[in-house]
Amino acid sequence: MRIPRPVIGSPLQLLLLAASFALAGYAGVRLLDGDWFGVALWFVGAAVLHDLVLLPLYAAADRALVRVTVRRRDWIGYVRVPAALSLLLLLVWFPLIAGRVTDRYRPATGLSPDGFLARWLLVAAVLFGGSALLYVLRLRRAAKERPSAVH
Amino acid sequence: MVRAPFAGMLPTYGRGMRRAPSHGPGPFSPGFWRSPLRGPWFTSVLGVVLLGGITVLFVTGLVSYAAYNPDLSPVNDKTPDKGILGFYLFSWPTNPHWLYRLNQGVHVTLGITLIPVLLAKLWSVVPKLFALPPARSLTHALERISLLLLVGGALFEFVTGVLNVQLDYVFPGSFYPLHFYGAWVFFAAFVAHAALKMPMALRNLRHMRDSREEEKTELVSPNPSPPTVSRRGALGFVGGGSLLLFATTAGQNFDGPLRRTALLAPHGGAEPVSGPAGFQINKTAAYAGIRAVDTSDEAWRLVVEGRDGRTVRLSRADLLQLPLHSAALPIACVEGWSTSDQWWRGVRLRDLAALVGYDTDPPDVFVESLQQRGSFRRAALRANQVADSRSLLALFVNGEDLTPDHGHPARIIVPAAPGVLNTKWVARMTFGDL
Repeated sequence: MRIPRPVIGSPLQLLLLAASFALAGYAGVRLLDGDWFGVALWFVGAAVLHDLVLLPLYAAADRALVRVTVRRRDWIGYVRVPAALSLLLLLVWFPLIAGRVTDRYRPATGLSPDGFLARWLLVAAVLFGGSALLYVLRLRRAAKERPSAVH
Repeated sequence: MVRAPFAGMLPTYGRGMRRAPSHGPGPFSPGFWRSPLRGPWFTSVLGVVLLGGITVLFVTGLVSYAAYNPDLSPVNDKTPDKGILGFYLFSWPTNPHWLYRLNQGVHVTLGITLIPVLLAKLWSVVPKLFALPPARSLTHALERISLLLLVGGALFEFVTGVLNVQLDYVFPGSFYPLHFYGAWVFFAAFVAHAALKMPMALRNLRHMRDSREEEKTELVSPNPSPPTVSRRGALGFVGGGSLLLFATTAGQNFDGPLRRTALLAPHGGAEPVSGPAGFQINKTAAYAGIRAVDTSDEAWRLVVEGRDGRTVRLSRADLLQLPLHSAALPIACVEGWSTSDQWWRGVRLRDLAALVGYDTDPPDVFVESLQQRGSFRRAALRANQVADSRSLLALFVNGEDLTPDHGHPARIIVPAAPGVLNTKWVARMTFGDL
């Protein structure tokens, strides 16, 4: 068995990474000019929050869904897809849906800030309702096909 | 991903073998990650989509910066310390007149559309965050540090962009420098990552059209759960998320019924008012602190200054005596929304230049608004923009007087210019080389 020892790795890759760090440093100095701590916190915090909070949360939610649907595997997708799509829309448009920017939004755009939560709920209703409809149609098709299959 | 299966990562489960020393507890053990979806094919497909998509985002972002003509005047430049990062700047053209509208619509709409792909890509490689040993070589250690810039940078860019278009300015500083310099930090790591991984990703896609042929690599769970969805199904799911975001966002770039399809986008839904002035607004008169007493026919005078300090003061009635011209031009905002072409009518900028001594050679112009505070209350336009016969100091839109929210008494409208350079409530114009 080969004894592991410190290795440099590919020299070409090393050069590439060095060039990348140099450019990132040139821009990074400018990025951090100002509230350097806040910017660094946002930069690193975005990665940490995603990898250690957001991802484990939605993975755990999905595992819980798989666990409760263990007897009827066939309808996981009919819950998972509309739930995930609704949450995706909430994640992207959270400031508008949650009304975080009401005070600025109306004077800036001349538009009403009130409709976003209602519209999001309606989209979610359509997604879940459509999914339920598809599931019912599938069950009916399966019920129709079953006798002929037995025959 | 590694090029060849890494010995320490091979599954040891169910073989009665000792645990390999590189197996840590919990997420540090490959057996912790049980999704049967993860694998080189899935990651490679998402990676190739992001390679194309993020390249377009980066290029349209750079182009958007050039569209401000930042090297023309400090008032146009929110990142004056850019140094060599502005190497590519060029004089922004006025043709085609929808150039900025297209560029910015693609930049923002595509960015929002790519969010599910980015999330899926990060999900697909998250076991590698916990891979042990921390570094196999100096290059590997540097690559993992570079991945922090890559992942942190990608999320930083997407989060600042998504917050900015929703006017939620919670990020630590002004949007322009954060998003511009952040993009360069991210892009530096992105290029390195693409160069290091692309050959393997393409190889994966060529050799593994059928995912069953997949070799055992560290992304493939050694102890997979029973599948609840196929890999193709999962990709379809990611694509469906993108499609949903696209379908509910893209409409904010068109007037009429299409805008109503942008259900959750900031400038979707109904127009602010009905009638000729019923198109999207970037700052209302109230928001900009414009007072009716300053814009009344009695009070308002446009000051135009030109060659050798030659100055004229024009009331709105004086302007109406000058030759009026029309142009059909859109308003397009950096935030990724735009209007269809509106029918503007007013005095050509080059005619105003001629009034103050630039008869045949329209120069640059420095425009000041009545607006008391806020960025871009002063803006500079380049000579080629002034010379374009569609560039107007508009007094009317769609056949009616401008409304206060659209810049009454007079506003600039220039083909292909970013929205904020189309100064509203114009008070003073200084022609001359900047």
